[in-house]
Amino acid sequence: MFDGFDAIVLARAQFAFTMSFHIVFPAFSIGLASYLAVLEALWLWTGREVFINLFNYWMKIFAIAFGMGVVSGVVMSYQFGTNWAVFADKTGPVIGPLMAYEVLTAFFLEAGFLGVMLFGLKKVGPRLHFLATLMVAIGTLISAFWILSANSWMQTPAGHTVNAAGQFIAADWWKVIFNPSFPYRLVHMVLAAYLTTALVVGGVGAFHLLRDPKREGARVMFSMAMWMATLVAPIQIFAGDQHGLNTLEHQPAKVMAMEGHYQSHPDGAPLLLFGLPNQEKAKVDYALQIPKLSSLILKHSLDAPLAGLDTIPRENWPPVPVVFWSFRVMVGLGFLMVALGLLSLWLRWRGRMYDYRPLHYFAMAMGPAGFVAVLAGWFTTEVGRQPFTVYGLLRTADSVSPLAAPAVASSLIAFIIVYFLLFTAGIVYILRLMAAPPHAGEEGPRGDEPMHAAGITPATGVTNSAKR
Amino acid sequence: MDQVSTIATIWAFIIAFAVFVYVVMDGFDLGLGMLFPLFPKKQDRDVMMNSVAPVWDGNETWLVLGGGGLFAAFPLAYAVLMPALYTPIIAMLLGLVFRGVAFEFRWRSQRERNRWDLAFAGGSLVATLAQGIALGAILQGVRVADRAYAGGWWDWLTPFSILTGVALVVGYGLLGATWLVMKTTGDLRERAYHLSWWLLFAMLGAIGAVSLATPFLDVEYARRWFAWPNILFTAPVPIAVAAVTALLLRSLAQRRDYRPFLLTLVLFALSYAGLGISMYPYIVPRSITIWQAAAPENSQIFMLVGVSILIPIILIYTGWAYWVFRGKVDPQSGYH
Repeated sequence: MFDGFDAIVLARAQFAFTMSFHIVFPAFSIGLASYLAVLEALWLWTGREVFINLFNYWMKIFAIAFGMGVVSGVVMSYQFGTNWAVFADKTGPVIGPLMAYEVLTAFFLEAGFLGVMLFGLKKVGPRLHFLATLMVAIGTLISAFWILSANSWMQTPAGHTVNAAGQFIAADWWKVIFNPSFPYRLVHMVLAAYLTTALVVGGVGAFHLLRDPKREGARVMFSMAMWMATLVAPIQIFAGDQHGLNTLEHQPAKVMAMEGHYQSHPDGAPLLLFGLPNQEKAKVDYALQIPKLSSLILKHSLDAPLAGLDTIPRENWPPVPVVFWSFRVMVGLGFLMVALGLLSLWLRWRGRMYDYRPLHYFAMAMGPAGFVAVLAGWFTTEVGRQPFTVYGLLRTADSVSPLAAPAVASSLIAFIIVYFLLFTAGIVYILRLMAAPPHAGEEGPRGDEPMHAAGITPATGVTNSAKR
Repeated sequence: MDQVSTIATIWAFIIAFAVFVYVVMDGFDLGLGMLFPLFPKKQDRDVMMNSVAPVWDGNETWLVLGGGGLFAAFPLAYAVLMPALYTPIIAMLLGLVFRGVAFEFRWRSQRERNRWDLAFAGGSLVATLAQGIALGAILQGVRVADRAYAGGWWDWLTPFSILTGVALVVGYGLLGATWLVMKTTGDLRERAYHLSWWLLFAMLGAIGAVSLATPFLDVEYARRWFAWPNILFTAPVPIAVAAVTALLLRSLAQRRDYRPFLLTLVLFALSYAGLGISMYPYIVPRSITIWQAAAPENSQIFMLVGVSILIPIILIYTGWAYWVFRGKVDPQSGYH
């Protein structure tokens, strides 16, 4: 199946495949954990039963998604060594500690409180249970902090020196952690996770509103999701723009690839809407472009000169077609999210949000859009970093493990088979849960036993736990 | 010993601690998974899985700390061992994927439950066997040249690594069986008692076989254990194993539900100490010492600050989570 590929291509394919599968689950569970914390807080605050029903409804889905995130994440933590041993040896002293802090401050926190969150409401009472939910949500955010710091250091390395053995070592930990692209990437990714979750929740809410616009649970979740889309999607566009400007400063070749600028433009660069980048001939075929707009966006001036890939040695070019297209997919979806948010705002104002069916179809179609945008965004930034693992300092070709191609080919095939089998099953189970509307007395993660009997309010729960 | 070497040594003990905590905590999860085929009734399996469902994720996190900590504190060892153990590590990861997803998938479909039960048991078996094989492959040594693994991708496969693989299957099985004794009631507990007897004898055989085979791998191992005056320090280990075994047999006979599990933990600790005696101060036996593999001092100090504050906190809230779900699993309502 993979005859003729060398070990580097196979190792990259394996990392890209396992990483792409992994990232969608944390992207979803970062947002969903926060949403669950909000739902439980609203339940404790208002005592309205719809909130605990929605909480239990989404917690069942969270349990599956989180489990798939955990098992695919353990794989990632070992792949640096199995497939990128030279990278691991050289960068371990710098990014190893960041990941160790992720384990210590985030993974244990999430895992330690997850059991109580999933199964412990009756045992510990609502208040301690809310603390557990909050800890899981905070854990997911701390995890994002550290792993994005490590990733950003690979994009914009700072605060390091190199020792006699050729290893990167930290000279200034503050500069390593808060490297130039980290704040932008962190904000952009966390917002992406929140938007992704909002779109999923909105899509599910819309699906049930289409069947019955009177359903309370569906109305509440749809309304909450549309508020998120309305407020966060425009912020995300702004954050993405700022991130792009930061990239232009620190990784110009990546922006050249995103823009499809093989040539330099001394007096105003055009914005390419579409086209087929031709890496061999170093030009974009069938380009559809708006003159000078790229200079306006990136330099805030119509006639500002913009350098192209012709100023960069060819062996340092990223593969333009992938970066060019994944960037456009991400941006296009981002604008559709803004459109959904604005449409819902207008209909909310007109009092038609729960019965205007075209909005619901639109929201349903946008349900998976966050995942696609997250993947497209990661392809843009990671492929745009090529041909380096540590930008400008360590080449991908010099990072790989001394493994024979058949070993990597076998493991890649195994990962493909197992992931498709298992994660397809998981997604089917999630979709089945989503297909049923949230109802009164919604059960917890174990279907055969109601976790919360209908009619129990937070107040009686407190007295029960006080008796214990 | 200067400061740099001292910190590296401390880190070796921290990683060893993380791996040990992983071995015993995920050990009973995996062991219980491997025992699934012996308990075909749905209700028994529900109880077995529920007895670990609230804690398995935390248990597995210690594996990530072991791997991540090795990457951070001893990057050279991580970079050499992972390619050397490529096949067992990938097999372990895939086994853990099957095992992990089964925890949730099993409850989501009546019709497909048997399939996920099989994934749970099979994944547990593959992961355990792979971990045991990896241990054997490390003990027998790997070829290193120029800061990198220099062997082939089947070097790990030897009779010795198969022996350690089987030994770990037996050991985790005993942990799982004694965990069930502690956490269950009625007929399920009776059968767990029965299994514990068999698995204890098998585990003693496995400890004996690995202990006898290890000195033949290398004269250094033999010298370390049997040469005078080392034997003064090494002899207490087998003596303690004999004493703990006696206590374990008695606790099984007297049917003290909590003790067999706790004593099995002690048995694991002694075996682990034995491995430590064989390996120290090498992190890749006979090739790379912990001091050669150590990350630069400032990386190790930076993490040491975090570890000394965070590990105690982690142990406290992990302990709390175990406390919340303490006692026997009620077969009627599980934890819910």
